[in-house]
Amino acid sequence: MTTSTYRESVVRAQREALAKYPEAIVMGEDIGAPGGPFKTTDGLFEEFGADRVRDTPISENAFVGAAMGMAVTGGRPIVELMFADFMGVCFDQLVNGIAKHRFMCGGKVEVPLVIRAMGGGGVRFGAQHSQTGESWMYQHPGLKVYCPATAADAYELLSAAIADVDPVIVLEHKALMATKGEVPETITASDVYIGPTVVRDGDDVTIVASLAMVKRSLDAADKLAEQGISAEVINLRVLRPLVMEPIVKSLVKTGSLVTVEEAHPVGGWSGDVTSLAITEAFDYLERPPARITLPDWPMPYSPGLEDAALPSADRIADVVTSILSA
Amino acid sequence: MKIADHFDKSMAADALERLIRIREFEDKVHESFISGYVHGTTHLCQGQEAVSVGTVLALREDDYLTYTYRGHGPCIARGMSPEGAFAEIFGRASGVSGGLGGSMHLTDMDLGLIGSFAIVGAGLPVAVGAAISAERRGEGQVAITYFGDGATNIGGFHESMNLAAVWNLPVIFICENNLYGEYSPIRSTTTIDDIAVRADSYAMPSEIVDGNDVLAVFKAATTAVTRARDGGGPTFIECKTYRQCGHSRSDPAKYRPPGELDFWLERDPIKQFKERLVNENVLKEEEIRSIAERVQNEIAAAAEAAADAPWPDERDFTPETYSGTYQTEGA
Repeated sequence: MTTSTYRESVVRAQREALAKYPEAIVMGEDIGAPGGPFKTTDGLFEEFGADRVRDTPISENAFVGAAMGMAVTGGRPIVELMFADFMGVCFDQLVNGIAKHRFMCGGKVEVPLVIRAMGGGGVRFGAQHSQTGESWMYQHPGLKVYCPATAADAYELLSAAIADVDPVIVLEHKALMATKGEVPETITASDVYIGPTVVRDGDDVTIVASLAMVKRSLDAADKLAEQGISAEVINLRVLRPLVMEPIVKSLVKTGSLVTVEEAHPVGGWSGDVTSLAITEAFDYLERPPARITLPDWPMPYSPGLEDAALPSADRIADVVTSILSA
Repeated sequence: MKIADHFDKSMAADALERLIRIREFEDKVHESFISGYVHGTTHLCQGQEAVSVGTVLALREDDYLTYTYRGHGPCIARGMSPEGAFAEIFGRASGVSGGLGGSMHLTDMDLGLIGSFAIVGAGLPVAVGAAISAERRGEGQVAITYFGDGATNIGGFHESMNLAAVWNLPVIFICENNLYGEYSPIRSTTTIDDIAVRADSYAMPSEIVDGNDVLAVFKAATTAVTRARDGGGPTFIECKTYRQCGHSRSDPAKYRPPGELDFWLERDPIKQFKERLVNENVLKEEEIRSIAERVQNEIAAAAEAAADAPWPDERDFTPETYSGTYQTEGA
């Protein structure tokens, strides 16, 4: 193991892929010599040159569509969307083109591409630059959707995504970029586990979270421990394919489910995880599950309001305490 | 410009054969719709065949094409099996995509036929991407993308033109200006008469051609393709043509002014080319008749075979949405 930041993991996965796959290129806005607005392509331009690390015009529709064109003609594009919110600009290419192409061709055509989109709140960017994109990307057959929450996830899931012959949307979180963690020295991309992992063992409640909500759930678990409550925390990691087995296994042990999702209360993964948990672990549930989400309004700019909108460790701990005592 | 300036006798016969094959194909799709073999809707290209044939004849086997929901023309011109195409349009398992795509999604990667795009303007960025692959491979391949006049008002058109220009990519943009975007005449949605002027905004060479003259289209396409292969970057070609039928199967096209259809039927690309072939002593009338009969029979047989082809088995259907095994819970 080695220690790296989430951001360094993102760069490393791309660097290794560019070295391994001659057909791979990286493209996006200001990702060349500037190294990306979030420095997520830092050094790649110097190492691989302007042909492989391409600065695009501000044209998400064109360069995301172009990624599909490259992918079906022997390329392996890795596209950076500076903000996940910009998926709205190229939504058609993502969900009508990239997601459906293989299916509509009767499985005869592979579309090996990766869209990296940096999203999430907590950095005071307001309503149009703070969405994670999870709910937008979650529902489309044909896409795989990965949500790295740690430096190791960022390296492993992005490496796996690039190695995949199917299109993968990797939703990264801006607020996690500087976070540090243990990362494997080497991995085999095809062996990366695609599913949720238990990041803290516990017996009384299962907290399932994604992206930045994982760390907040771990912080909540620390607070709960002080009250004598043992919380198990699961890092969802992957929205598509959604794998319930580790969650169900945890619920068999704890009997209580709380989900923490940085998205609005309607139409996101937590509704489905809850519904599936009820279906698959009904006999083990001791109380109604609880869902913690953003409020049902766009992200406010003003710091106090944004902080209040985002599920905090205190709020997560409070919800857990209240359902366990009900 | 004489036919003999560009085509020898066998090439001229080949061009005519492809023109007729598209027409026969589209007429048969129309007939099959009425008799219930075609489902949903379909968008036919009678009157625009010369654009498909003139451009395809300028391409190499390893070039790439993207086209639209009105895209049977480029596919048939390029050599897609008419039986496979009919079967796809009839929703049969033997269709080029197993019946999963349908009339708006004919694809055959062996022929560089990347796909029909049913969302207006969506195929242009994809062609730009294919051109990036082509350029990186360095073997002189090009990508060609077909779209209608209506598509030039959507953002993806401008983004793609700009990206192709700024990266000097080997893409040929073929605008089939058939005067209508769905039911709306182009003059009601666009302030310019010649869409080709839009290429000037991207410092991209452009040309306006009579899209009903297969020779003129071929000449312009050849110039553009040569430029692209030689590293000269993209070209925009506006082909002035006419959609002889309505937008789709449900559209009787009653909005057309009186006399407009007759005007364009006089300029029908196949009729004109046949007349020139005879007048310029390239083919004799009986040779033309013989080609037409052969193609008619071929298309009729292909449609008949497709009509008898098996349906996909809905009880044992495993979609290939992903490669390998993939399962998402709750699905």
